[in-house]
Amino acid sequence: MGEFLINNTGDAVPVMAYQLVSLIMFFAGIYGFFTRKNLMMMLIAVELILNAADINFAVFNRYLYPGQMDGMFFALFTIAIAACETAVAIAIIINVYRNFGNADVDNLKKMKG
Amino acid sequence: MEYTLLILLLPLASFVLLGLLSNRLNHKTSGVVGTGVLLLVTLLSFYAAWNYFTTQKAGGVFQSLLPFNIPWLGMGPQLHIDLGILLDPISVMMLVVISTVSLMVHIYSLGYMKGEKGFQRYYAFLSLFTFSMMGLVLSTNIFQMYIFWELVGVSSYLLIGFYYTKPEAVAASKKAFIVTRFADMFFLIGILVLSYYTQTFDFGALTSGNTALFQQALSITFMGASALVWAMALIFIGAAGKSAMFPLHIWLPDAMEGPTPVSALIHAATMVVAGVYLVARLFPVYVVFTPEVLEGIAYVGAFTSMFAAVIAMVQTDIKRVLAFSTISQIGFMMVALGVSKFEGHGGLGYMASMFHLFTHAMFKALLFLGAGSVIHAVHSNEMSKMGGLRKHMPVTHWTFLIACLAIAGIPPFSGFFSKDEILAATYQYNTGLGIWMTFVAGLTAFYIFRLYFSIFWGKENRYEHHTPHESPRTMTFPLIFLAAVTLLGGFIPFGNFVTADRSEYTIHIDWLIAVISIVVAVEAIFIAGMRYQYPGRRLKKMPSLLQGFNRAAQHRFYVDEIYLFVTKKILFNGISRAFAWFDRHVVDGFINGLASVTGWVSVKIRGLQSGEIQWYAFVFLLGTLLITALFLFI
Amino acid sequence: MNFLSLFVLLPLLMILALFLARNRKQVLGIMVTGSTLLVVLSAYLAYLYTAARGNGATDPMLFTASLSWFKPLNIRYAVGVDGVSVVMLCLTSLIVFTGTFVSWKMAPLTKEFFLWYCLLATGVFGFFITIDLFAMFLFYETALIPMYLLIGVWGTGRKEYSAMKLTLMLMGSSMILLVGILGIYFSSGATSMNILDIVRTPIPLEQQYLFFTLTFFGFGVLGALFPFHSWSPDGHASAPTAVSMLHAGVLMKLGGYGCFRVAISLMPEAAAQLSPLFLVLTAIGVVYGAFAAIRQTDLKYINAYSSVSHCNLVLFAILMLTQTALTGAVLQMLSHGLITALFFALIGMIYGRTHTRLITEMGGLMKIMPFLGVSFVIAGLANIGVPGLSGFVAEMTIFVGAFENNGLLHRILTIAAVTSIVIGAVYILRTIGKFLYGPLQNPEHTKLGDARWYERLAVIMLIAGIVYLGSFPTGISDMINDSFGNLLQAVKN
Repeated sequence: MGEFLINNTGDAVPVMAYQLVSLIMFFAGIYGFFTRKNLMMMLIAVELILNAADINFAVFNRYLYPGQMDGMFFALFTIAIAACETAVAIAIIINVYRNFGNADVDNLKKMKG
Repeated sequence: MEYTLLILLLPLASFVLLGLLSNRLNHKTSGVVGTGVLLLVTLLSFYAAWNYFTTQKAGGVFQSLLPFNIPWLGMGPQLHIDLGILLDPISVMMLVVISTVSLMVHIYSLGYMKGEKGFQRYYAFLSLFTFSMMGLVLSTNIFQMYIFWELVGVSSYLLIGFYYTKPEAVAASKKAFIVTRFADMFFLIGILVLSYYTQTFDFGALTSGNTALFQQALSITFMGASALVWAMALIFIGAAGKSAMFPLHIWLPDAMEGPTPVSALIHAATMVVAGVYLVARLFPVYVVFTPEVLEGIAYVGAFTSMFAAVIAMVQTDIKRVLAFSTISQIGFMMVALGVSKFEGHGGLGYMASMFHLFTHAMFKALLFLGAGSVIHAVHSNEMSKMGGLRKHMPVTHWTFLIACLAIAGIPPFSGFFSKDEILAATYQYNTGLGIWMTFVAGLTAFYIFRLYFSIFWGKENRYEHHTPHESPRTMTFPLIFLAAVTLLGGFIPFGNFVTADRSEYTIHIDWLIAVISIVVAVEAIFIAGMRYQYPGRRLKKMPSLLQGFNRAAQHRFYVDEIYLFVTKKILFNGISRAFAWFDRHVVDGFINGLASVTGWVSVKIRGLQSGEIQWYAFVFLLGTLLITALFLFI
Repeated sequence: MNFLSLFVLLPLLMILALFLARNRKQVLGIMVTGSTLLVVLSAYLAYLYTAARGNGATDPMLFTASLSWFKPLNIRYAVGVDGVSVVMLCLTSLIVFTGTFVSWKMAPLTKEFFLWYCLLATGVFGFFITIDLFAMFLFYETALIPMYLLIGVWGTGRKEYSAMKLTLMLMGSSMILLVGILGIYFSSGATSMNILDIVRTPIPLEQQYLFFTLTFFGFGVLGALFPFHSWSPDGHASAPTAVSMLHAGVLMKLGGYGCFRVAISLMPEAAAQLSPLFLVLTAIGVVYGAFAAIRQTDLKYINAYSSVSHCNLVLFAILMLTQTALTGAVLQMLSHGLITALFFALIGMIYGRTHTRLITEMGGLMKIMPFLGVSFVIAGLANIGVPGLSGFVAEMTIFVGAFENNGLLHRILTIAAVTSIVIGAVYILRTIGKFLYGPLQNPEHTKLGDARWYERLAVIMLIAGIVYLGSFPTGISDMINDSFGNLLQAVKN
């Protein structure tokens, strides 16, 4: 990876800044997930949550274990999983849309006890 | 004398054979097989009696013999039920009685039951009964006796209910079984108590006069009486049930729904005296260790004999009259046992009781068979449907008359001798009881001659079916034979054979008592003759008090109604229905309630599973926060 | 692996063979062959057992074998028999055999019916041969599950309700039982769940109180312990004939057998202390079942309540803790198994003809079906303890044995239990009088036929068993008697 990211000494960008971004992303995702009725929007919200987690992975890896790459790999891994998940979810959402005429989450109550 | 085993096995074999083949045999074969087997048994019994009484006497005392005894079922370390044969004077005497009467009934039934549906079944049951009754009297131990006691109960049930399509017969058989079963329950409890303390069932051990054996039973008291008294009293209740003592007599009159020969065999001559036999069997225990129970037996017997005699005076069904007469006569036997002592002259009552058992079996069987012959001719049990039959049925008439004279106690017929001994024994014991029993004897003479005159004298009825005619030879032969026995039986030196202490006892007639009883009997016969010989005569109207009494007696003093009330209203409708209700609504209700509570709770809970994904996620988040908080702050 | 395992293998083989069967004929062929083999096997076992005892074998269990099954928990598949299990195995095989013939015309789904039937048999046989607590529990559960399907699918009347109730109540009790069994294992400190091992390492008394109650209750429910018997009348009434037979005849005996084998044998001290409590319940059950039977009008319910009464008598006798009473309890299990199987078989046959089980709608059937009628009377007489038939032997042994225990409460309860012989007579004679005797009630019934050959075979086999046990009880009684030596020693101490 590029050397410009390595900043052991200067602390030009404090870790708090990364945290703040990821926190905002995370809660924006949570909020979106709870409030949006449209499945597509909920999916995007989930992606936001995942990406927030990815940022955390990268940042903590960078700051805590600079010599290792585990966090980075996890971040990559999550991105790959998220891609798959999105593919499946969109497939389901399209089917929901075809069956119900819209993609509202309130439609999906058939399985309740 | 191992051949006595055949006396048991032959009727059993006959029962199994007739029972299994039943419908494949024709009537005649099964009748002949049954009767033939019984003839063999009778011959064996007579031979055994002759053999026993001539050879088994040592030192002037008859010895008990155990020709056969095998363990059947072990019950704990010491107790075990054996099956075996015990020969001693009373069992041998009973062998003769049972086989004779049973043979006569078998022969008689060939004619009486001719053409009946289920003829084979009838003979099978008769064989079963004979087997069980023989087993009962030959029992070596009290539990074996209980086994056969139950078996005679079953055979009686089967035979009373022989006409099973008739609801009355079914009801009567049920009643007979349940009432005697009720008494048997006490018998069983008595056996349990007795055997627990003595650790033996064996009659030999129980009646040996071994005081040490009863030490424990006498020392333990329960509610003011020793365990032994309880045991013996309970055993007597069993005996009272089988022998139809008040208040357990209610089944016997109803049992007359069975075929008449059956009534003669089971409900007059043999099974109903099993209770007397049981008391006689355990007599050494009663007389030595529990005299208070024996006294009770005497009073129960005395009361029952009077009670039944009074009812017999007003019944109109001839078989019912005879049934109550049987109850009354068994009362006599019980009284005689109750007043008896053990040794020498004091043992008169015991001897008299057994003697009366013997003579009564013969003349009562004769009376029943005679009544059967009449019923066969007239097709009715009701006295009002009869009258003037002496011309049509001479054999029946004469034999019946002999039996009537015997039961009324007119010499030289057998009943006179045995009844006289009983009266002598009661006077010896207590003059009041003696007078009471003499009075009962008078009533006996009255009701039996009321019966006699109503059947054979009086106005001739117009008979619906056909003119009555004498019964066939197969039926008259037993009548003649039994009449001969009744005529001569009184002269048997009974005291030489059967006594309480088994040593010889010479019968002598106490003429004072004899004359009194004869006078009373003749008087009673005279009154009966006056009233019933020519019923056209105007009768003096009874005083109203007596009329009420009369009506009560006709309804058998409402004992049946009391029983019916207790069983139907209280037991079945009260307890049983309550239990059934309890089971359906409380026990089951609890389980069903549990199920519905579970159901209710799950209905309530399932609201949480709303299917709203965002709600789930929210709860999930809250949960995560909660757990995080927990980790952080605790 | 010893030959006792054949009792489990054979039914399993039958199941396999049934999978392959193509038509009804083959199904019946497999069933008849298999169940005949089982009868032969159990007779052979009885012979071997008596011979071994005759040669002086004194071990508590004979023909033992043990196979590790699940190492970490020391669960082993351990087998072995004593006199009690031998007679129970004989009873089971006889009833499986006769049940096959009774279900001769079983339809629909004949093959599936017999499949589950064999699985049920596997469970029962397995239960009687194992001496490992966990294996016992496993087989017990194996026997319960097919019950649900057999009643629910092939039953009559309110079958779903009955099946559900039966299964849930028995499952509930077996949950308690499992706790008890595990408790016994862990508190005894034995190295395996084998009963023979646990006996050697006594359980502390404080633990015994708890685990005795749990196991006795757990097995007791299956043995129709009052007031937890209510699954049984409904279950019996709804089940198809052969299942009723196997259920009342054998499965309920699992309860009594388990109470004896586990609760009493392993914890005799607690049993002696706690028995009065349960004795009261069982004595109530004895009288209560009999009284409840008087009011019933459905033949199956009459017999079901009668079974409740008799099964409570078994538990009652077990709790008396005397040798004679225990012998009586086993005799009663055997006797009641035969009698009740005969009753249910006959009721099934009669129902198959008249299509009603209400005694108020029948009458005078004796004339029309004499064979079934006479057999019913014999069953009835055996049920009320007529000598010469099995009920008498069993009941008398129990009563004499119960009287050996001379506590006042025991005496009173014994006398209460004795009254059942009278009440029993009332309901049996009432039933017989109502539907067999008397005039014909329904003219339609004249067209009905008597028993067919396969029905006769089953009925005669059962009657033969009843008569044999009732007339020649010595051998069986001695065989059972041998098995209580150690136990009673423990009670005395």
